[in-house]
Amino acid sequence: MNTVLTVDGVDRSFGERQVLKDVSFTVAAGRLTGFVGANGAGKTTTMRIILGVLAADAGTVTWRGEPLDRGIRQRFGYMPEERGLYPKMSVLEQIVYLGRLQGLGAAEARDRTMALLERLELAGRADDHVQKLSLGNQQRAQIAAALVHDPELLVLDEPFSGLDPLAVDNVVAVLRERAAAGAAVLFSSHQLDVVERLCDDLVIIADGTIRAAGDRAALREQYALPRYAIEVGADAGWLRDLPGVTLVDLDGRNAVFDLDSGSDQDVLRAALDRGPVHAFGPVRPSLAEIFREVVQ
Amino acid sequence: MTTFEAAKLVAAREIRTKLRDKAFLFSTVFFLVIVVASIMLPSLLNGGATKVAVVDGGSAAVLREHGMQVRIVADQATAEQLVRDGEVDGAVLPGPVVIGDEESPDDVVEALSTAPQVRLLEPSDVDPFLKVIVPVAFAMLFFFTSFTFGMQIAQSVVEEKQTRIVEILVSSVPVRALLAGKVFALTVLAFAQVGLLALVAVVGMSATDTAPGLVSAVLPAIGWFVPFFVLGFVMLAALWAGVGALASRQEELASTTVPVQMLVLIPFFAVISLPHDGVAMRVLSYIPFSSPIAMPIRLFEGDAAVWEPVVAVVLLAVTAVALLGVGARVYSGSLLRTQVRTSFAAALRKA
Repeated sequence: MNTVLTVDGVDRSFGERQVLKDVSFTVAAGRLTGFVGANGAGKTTTMRIILGVLAADAGTVTWRGEPLDRGIRQRFGYMPEERGLYPKMSVLEQIVYLGRLQGLGAAEARDRTMALLERLELAGRADDHVQKLSLGNQQRAQIAAALVHDPELLVLDEPFSGLDPLAVDNVVAVLRERAAAGAAVLFSSHQLDVVERLCDDLVIIADGTIRAAGDRAALREQYALPRYAIEVGADAGWLRDLPGVTLVDLDGRNAVFDLDSGSDQDVLRAALDRGPVHAFGPVRPSLAEIFREVVQ
Repeated sequence: MTTFEAAKLVAAREIRTKLRDKAFLFSTVFFLVIVVASIMLPSLLNGGATKVAVVDGGSAAVLREHGMQVRIVADQATAEQLVRDGEVDGAVLPGPVVIGDEESPDDVVEALSTAPQVRLLEPSDVDPFLKVIVPVAFAMLFFFTSFTFGMQIAQSVVEEKQTRIVEILVSSVPVRALLAGKVFALTVLAFAQVGLLALVAVVGMSATDTAPGLVSAVLPAIGWFVPFFVLGFVMLAALWAGVGALASRQEELASTTVPVQMLVLIPFFAVISLPHDGVAMRVLSYIPFSSPIAMPIRLFEGDAAVWEPVVAVVLLAVTAVALLGVGARVYSGSLLRTQVRTSFAAALRKA
């Protein structure tokens, strides 16, 4: 995995309150990294520190091994949690402006903005003032502002909040394109289903500390319980009496159980002895379940 | 991208936005109308040359010399009738006796009188009317410009804070580029507006001959007024940006800008109300907050020695640099505290 951004041992306090404690994780190029945590867990503070909007009390953030400076940060794109663009400036004009502040030339900024607005299905509103757009469209404009200079790292704070399902799909597609083109994408969200669908890597934060981080599939393995689901031809109540089995859920012919000892194949054989088996397999924990477990 | 390039982009956006802002355009047009009206109205209301009916042909020549329109009539009755009908402003009968309708036609009386010769021991080279009006004009110009444009700087800062776009800006460009661009843009706009008004006023007054001698009387002081004005404006501009950043919403500006408002108001009223030849005025002409008004006035009135404006302008420049530092510190210290109003002291500590 091509790690580009390394957050290492970052602490940050606001007055007496320590909001980040020894936060460490990495973000890889070409991958979407979901940053998950409850409200107030420290997601936004971490992102602001990465962008240099806030300073860390301790610890470092490095890009390909180098400490961050303004030159490197010019290659980052940022979408803050609290949305805001100039209300009385047209969408086109202000994205061009923000692109130019990131070092683009005038013509280049304009071309890229138009292409982006096209891609985000917002080209028709390019000349409208931001204050005239719906919240969802303002959000797309905000995403365009973060993407305009083709950043190598995208840091998006809650990019999907306020978007309708179609707009979520559109934005997800755009982010995937960026990742496929080699960009590293770090996005926070509390919509765990979206994160589950979208991300390659996961970072879970709670109370200012990182509770779990890594490849999403690996995390699911790691946090998988020895839990199975089965569907048989008749009532599955007999499972209750099988040694090593703890029933989690029983609904007629369907059952979910944890296997404390013994082999899953023995359970399957026992089931087949009693009649037909329509479905049998391990149950992978959902992101929500992993989240609940690591946060506790 | 360098800080300078970033500041240029910020300034360009600021100027473009202001030039499209209806409130800004309206106020510029409004001031222009006032300037034009105050120049044009007096000569329009005057209604041209005074008309006089004359019975005695002897005074006709004198009256004509004073630029009046003279009409020779046969007798007193005809002359009186013309005055009653409002055909003429006055009449002159032999004697001479001057006849008016309801008011004495003073210009006719003046033309026919012989004034005693006056010899002044210490002649002032400035018209007494101008002597009163010019200092007030200088003071008002500085006061209004630094107040209205200062408020606009504060508003522009708080707009970026309130919409949170400031987070994107700060992650892209240095804070001092933001501040420098803003201060530069509003300074340029302020001087463009003042320059436009001054140009219209000078051209208008020369064309209508409203205040003869004004332009030549003001010129020597203008040379100093401009550097004082620029430095004074820039000195306050950074402070305006700083107190603007203390607010988290437009509504809080009214209270966070009070300290700077006082720095503009108090010197203005002090200069306007204190006698212009006393020690107080001399002191005010050195204090950096009042020197942009007081020193040009003393120069205009011919009270100041050659070296005095030099010392005052150096003092002003040093203070301006120091306050730019304070303003920048307050600005960057409070720019990202978007939740609540920031106190001055908290802003001066590091973000």
